[in-house]
Parts: sequence; C-alpha cells; structure tokens
Amino acid sequence: MENSNNHYCLSITPSSLELLSIIGFITLILIRVLYIIHRSSQPRSASSQQKPLSTLIVLGSGGHTAEMINLLNVLQKNSFTPRYYIAAATDNMSLQKAQVLENSWLNEGGVEEVGSAKFMQIYRSREVGQSYITSVGTTLIALAHALWLMIKIRPHVILCNGPGTCIPLCAIAFIFKILGIRWSYIFYVESIARVRRLSLSALLLYKLRMADQLFVQWPQLKSKYHRAHYVGRLM
Amino acid sequence: MAEADEDLKSRRTVFVTVGTTCFDSLVRAVDTQEVKEELFKKGYTHLLIQMGRGSYIPAKSTGENGSLEVDCFTFSSSIADYLRSASLVISHAGSGSIFETLRLQKPLIVVVNEDLMDNHQSELAEELAERKHLFCARPQTLYQTVADMDLGSLIPYQPGDAAPVAKLLNSFLGFPDD
Repeated sequence: MENSNNHYCLSITPSSLELLSIIGFITLILIRVLYIIHRSSQPRSASSQQKPLSTLIVLGSGGHTAEMINLLNVLQKNSFTPRYYIAAATDNMSLQKAQVLENSWLNEGGVEEVGSAKFMQIYRSREVGQSYITSVGTTLIALAHALWLMIKIRPHVILCNGPGTCIPLCAIAFIFKILGIRWSYIFYVESIARVRRLSLSALLLYKLRMADQLFVQWPQLKSKYHRAHYVGRLM
Repeated sequence: MAEADEDLKSRRTVFVTVGTTCFDSLVRAVDTQEVKEELFKKGYTHLLIQMGRGSYIPAKSTGENGSLEVDCFTFSSSIADYLRSASLVISHAGSGSIFETLRLQKPLIVVVNEDLMDNHQSELAEELAERKHLFCARPQTLYQTVADMDLGSLIPYQPGDAAPVAKLLNSFLGFPDD
C-alpha cells in the first residue's frame, strides 16, 4: 500500500513533548540546586537589617544536648530568637534540660534581652536496633512530621550537632531553599567525640553540601574534610 | 569529731561510672580480686561503683581485713558530687563523663566498651590518652593499667571554648560582635 506522504516527517508526538519537558524541568532544577549550593557558602549580606533570626535547635540524647547547651550559652540570645527546640519523641531529658536553660536565662534578663523559646518533639526515623524493614515506614512518618514542623516554623537558622533527628529537618530545609520557600542557614557542629571520622549525619550534610557551615573540633577531621571549619574543642 | 575528720582526710575513693549504659565487663573487671588488691596497694580505701543498666551486681564489702570498702548503686540524677569526692575515676568512654571528670581535674581511667557497635567512642578516649589527659584501657587491660599508672604523668585538660564558633556564626550572619 502506498503512503501519500513518501517523505519521512519528524512528527513531534505528544510523548516526545512530555519527555522534552521533563528533561528541561530536571535541568532547571539541577541548575537551581547548584545555584543554591553555591549561595550556601556565601555569608549573609552585611547590608541586611540586623533583625533577630528565628532559630531551630535540634537536640539529641546525652552528650549532644550537653554540647548544644554549651554552645547556646555563648550566643547572643536576642539575635537568635524566637528559638524552637526539637527533640526526638523518645528523648525525655533533652527538652527538660533546654527548658531549665531558658528559664535560667529569663532569670538573668527579661524577654526583651533573652528572646523566647518553644519546645517540640518529633518522631524518630529509626530507633537503635530497629529492623531496617520497619525503618522505611517510620522514616516516612518522621519525614512527614518533619515537613509539618518545618512548614510551621520556617526557621532562618538551624543549629544541629549530630543526632539523626536533624537529617529530615535539614533535608526539608534544603528543599525549601530550592523551592524558594525559606532560606535557612544550616550550621552543623560535629561532636567533640568525633576525632577521626565524621558521624553519618555530618557526612551526609558534608557530601551533599547541605550545610552552610560545618564545624569540627579536632584537626584530624579538618585535614580529611577540607570544607569543614576547625574550631578547636568547645568543651 | 576529730576522728571523723581524719577519716575523711584519709578516705581515698575510686569512683566507677558507666553512665546510662550497660557495661558489665567493666564492672566485672573492677570487681576482680587483683584489681581491688592493686587499688588498695596504691592507697585507695573505698570503691564506689555506679552500675547503670548492668545486670552484674558486685558484692559489697565493709573493707575489714585490709581491703577496699566496696559499695554500688545503679543511677543518680547527678554524679557530680561523687566525682568531686573521688581520688580516682574509672569511667566508660562517654564524652559527657569524660569531660565532666576532666573539668574537675580528677585522675581518670577511661575504659572502652568493645561490645558496642561502631565504637567511635574509643577515638576520643585514645586521642585524650595520647595527649596525656587520661589513661585509656579495655576491660581486659584494666588491671595492667591500674598497676602501671603514674598519676604524675597526667597533664591537666584545659577547658575548651565555644566563643570562636559564636564569632564565626555572627560574622557569617552579619551580626555585630559583642
């Protein structure tokens, strides 16, 4: 049977159009991600108003909270306010310790000087020893909860120092940066207990370049991870 | 009254702490005859063991017949007082215990728990031992460490400072420095 059209037409079929759109969209996102990563290493412009920045503080069991409290004590409280403390739902002590800390500040100076604080809990992605299969489900729940909290808080600054609870929060903050929802400065201080190897949380943030600044306390880590900032021991 | 004071003065306590962990191998190692005898030989009078979640319970002893007085408990809301009144601290490798003890300038033996998976804790203990701020051991080497230790060789740990981080954050965010 003869075809009326002997020549071969390059027809833009609907599926090719969709494919091109998808590729174009992905390319735009990649460019946006690279731009965000580039801008992350840039300090906040000095010409901005020196308004206080809402701060999300991620607490973790034991040493993590102690180290975070040690750091918070030297920060100018009225620059980092309001403060939102988040700890894992199964962590009983950390929020208590943070409340004691905030109360002690209020005793020294009024709300004007010291700023305000809120305390919340977040579902954990995975408990120690939990099977990896069920961890998938709990991680998804934790992500959804993290998203909900981040939408409510939309902090300008995130301070974290190790617990796995910070990863979903930082990941969502990074996505918010890409989507232009909120620019959160992510500061990660690696624990003093990490001398030669980074924790998993730090490694993720470092490799994926999600933290604006990553601080390490021992010189061995600085030589291994050049983009980290060596700040000596904090404790 | 004078006698009680003298008692306090001559009292030299070894405080063992495992924090909130379960570290039976440390408690067992401390509770061995050889370690207790060695501590007694070195002039310690009391052994106080904070056992945490461990299941091995050391036998208490009143310390007659020239031996250590041994006592134990599971948890305390704060071990600061026990650390303060100790002459020697033997601790698990948790960073909180370690720095709390170093801040009080107490001689410290850190025992690393090899049963822990992914033992990053040993990195901190080993680094501080290299810098001569404490002695580092494993449960099996505790006796040797106690026998060989020279407390005079320890260098006091100078407390760190979080202010440099605050400065960096302030300059990055464009906040004025105090």
